[in-house]
Amino acid sequence: MNLAFYLAAAVAVFATAMVVTRLNAVHALLYLVVSLLAVALMFYILGAPFAAALEIIIYAGAIMVLFVFVVMMLNLGEQAVARERGWLTPGIWVGPALLSVVLLAELLYILIPGTRAVVNPEIVDAKRVGVELFGPYLLAVELASMLLLAGLVGAWQLGRRDVPAERQEAGHDSDAD
Amino acid sequence: MTATLTDHALLIAVVLLVLGVSGVLVRRNLLFILMSLEIMLNAAGLAFVAAGARWAQADGQIMFILIITLAAAEVAIGLALALRIYRHFRTLDADALSGMRG
Repeated sequence: MNLAFYLAAAVAVFATAMVVTRLNAVHALLYLVVSLLAVALMFYILGAPFAAALEIIIYAGAIMVLFVFVVMMLNLGEQAVARERGWLTPGIWVGPALLSVVLLAELLYILIPGTRAVVNPEIVDAKRVGVELFGPYLLAVELASMLLLAGLVGAWQLGRRDVPAERQEAGHDSDAD
Repeated sequence: MTATLTDHALLIAVVLLVLGVSGVLVRRNLLFILMSLEIMLNAAGLAFVAAGARWAQADGQIMFILIITLAAAEVAIGLALALRIYRHFRTLDADALSGMRG
């Protein structure tokens, strides 16, 4: 019975349920970060430390920051200050903070030398992943780079503040392509 | 790596995927729909990593890396579209966008 794994799984499921049921986008994002951290801990226990690191760096770091930026851009206005004041009340961040403390305690427990038994001993480390990634999976890496380039170009094009074609027909709700 | 742990990891992945699907179906805010899509992609990644750990092979983590790449590209495009929709319609309600011309 791997208690650490099931505790992380419970935190992940609970935080994800909270994401789906929150009304405010920022509250949901807080819980989503906690959910991703819990899944990262599950990866670590499963013996995939590289995937756990990527989960935290890319998912909980980069992608969540994108979400936060968009929420910030959508909240321009004078009511943003009042909303900001509401966010600082303890009732909102106490839930995600408590879940994070649970995950932190679990991580510290795992890192104690005597208790490494909860982690899967057959660890697939970053070296093996890299060797396979740039060996048999080289084509997939190339395709992923094309996908990222397409995403970059698409996001840049869609995110521009004034597309020339749109300026000509300002006021219409048609979309120039 | 015991088989039961793999089974339970896959079970958790299914639960997370169902939560994500229900989020996509229930929520009408575009931001929440995108978040639920992230949850679903994350659940798929968990399934791959669990299966890769079961056989002590690196393939699961490689698929997870590809999934994370897909998620990054998808969320960049999706959020750019959401911003554009918000500028155009002043709302993020998916139902308000259902009226298409043509």
